[in-house]
Amino acid sequence: MLHEILFLFFAAICVGGAINLVLQRHPINSALSLVVVMVSLAALYLLLGAEFVGAVQVIVYAGAIMVLFVFVIMLLNAGAEEQSQGSRIALLIGGPGVALLAGAIMWLVTHSDKTIGNVVVGSMVSTTGGDNTHQVARLLFKDFLLPFEVTSILILIAIMGAVVLASRKES
Amino acid sequence: MVPLSWYLILSAILFCLGVSAFLLKRNIITIFMSIELMLNAVNLSFVAFANHLGKLSGHVFVFFVMVVAAAEAAVGLAIIIAVFRTRETLNVDRVNLLKL
Repeated sequence: MLHEILFLFFAAICVGGAINLVLQRHPINSALSLVVVMVSLAALYLLLGAEFVGAVQVIVYAGAIMVLFVFVIMLLNAGAEEQSQGSRIALLIGGPGVALLAGAIMWLVTHSDKTIGNVVVGSMVSTTGGDNTHQVARLLFKDFLLPFEVTSILILIAIMGAVVLASRKES
Repeated sequence: MVPLSWYLILSAILFCLGVSAFLLKRNIITIFMSIELMLNAVNLSFVAFANHLGKLSGHVFVFFVMVVAAAEAAVGLAIIIAVFRTRETLNVDRVNLLKL
């Protein structure tokens, strides 16, 4: 019962924040509603038994990435956006298209409801392998060691790319 | 006891809201944020299926998605700064030429 209440509470916050992101005209309001979405998603990860992912979601997504976004919005002094011909066409064609996509996914999910079962809180807690963070770390540094190293190189390249792209050209 | 499908439906709703924000928004930074929203929606279904299958590989995948999202945000925002410097606008309708 508590699980349903918590799920519906955080899901409502999530969807509300996402709708607010679409409706707001000023980018800083959209950024702050995206922070709301991310923090409530972290709570949903905790309900699903993913403590490590929930913590990383708050630290990396809601912390680091959104700070970067807010910094850029303030640096470029972004104002409210204006409507244009393109956005009207997007609303006319994209709106029904997206509604169709959402309906199709939900139809598929609800019709395979019997086979996919329920989420039980605490089902991810193992009695032998240590806590969630230990298990994820063991998986990450044993089975996924090569992808992990590749992502570190990816991050390095991204840092260099960001520095090169954002640097002022002297001419 | 919440059915797994609730989590998947929430993920679908968030993804579709991200797509609609991507289509409707004209500000290049907001378009970027809607991409982050879509990545988050996919992460939610990864974690939900990890719970369903009882395997932690889904959590590791979410970790990798976050790394790629961080790299993408860093490079993308640098590109936005470069675009703003040359064109003085953030409206995607006015950024329609590769060459100045």
